[in-house]
Amino acid sequence: MADIYQALADSTRRIILDELNKREGQTLFELLGRLAMAHDITSSRQAVSQHLAVLEEVGLVRTRRQGRTKLHWFDGTPLKKVVTRWPIPRGKPKR
Amino acid sequence: MADTQRKTKTMRINVTSVVVDDQRKALKFYTELLGFQKKTDVPVGDAAWLTVVSPEAPDGVELLLEPSAHPAVKPFRAALVEDGIPWTSFAVDNCRAEYEKLCAKGVHFLQPPVDHDTVVTAVLDDTCGNLIQICEEKRK
Repeated sequence: MADIYQALADSTRRIILDELNKREGQTLFELLGRLAMAHDITSSRQAVSQHLAVLEEVGLVRTRRQGRTKLHWFDGTPLKKVVTRWPIPRGKPKR
Repeated sequence: MADTQRKTKTMRINVTSVVVDDQRKALKFYTELLGFQKKTDVPVGDAAWLTVVSPEAPDGVELLLEPSAHPAVKPFRAALVEDGIPWTSFAVDNCRAEYEKLCAKGVHFLQPPVDHDTVVTAVLDDTCGNLIQICEEKRK
């Protein structure tokens, strides 16, 4: 069982979130194309599916079927847990 | 004719196929919406040897609209469609213009044009069980 920190600890998974954030409702095929063309990431379909499963488990990715095709969305809601866990000071950092 | 007597040493690709749920429906979609033209339509048993070509290359590669009755087709295509994989890709000069034109005709796109630096691609549903990619190669 992954938590959000483990999910975000992998650079490929962070790039997957970057790319999913660019357009809502992407297929695995579209995402693989974006990873290969824009980031030179040529991980296998299975590897990217595994990454998506981890991200979905912690709620950073949501999926829905349109007809017989599975589409993927980025959902930043779980990030609230991260930014509210510790206080973030306003203004200049204290020395 | 010199052309028919020409001896070639290598194989050529003359036919490629898409498997379609309904040949007549597919013929309508591939001609009226995508803009191909019918080349061959010969009855073979319950089905037909049915091909279309690009009007720009009537003697070029033919696309065979193949019946989907074989039991292997269903699971194979289901797996492709689930992941959004277009098994077949056609070339266009301007992907976005083609996308706009086909959308206006009611064609459903699973993926609108995405610019991948060297190519622009979009993915449409042929309503006969397949996802089709259209691809513009950007000139350098």
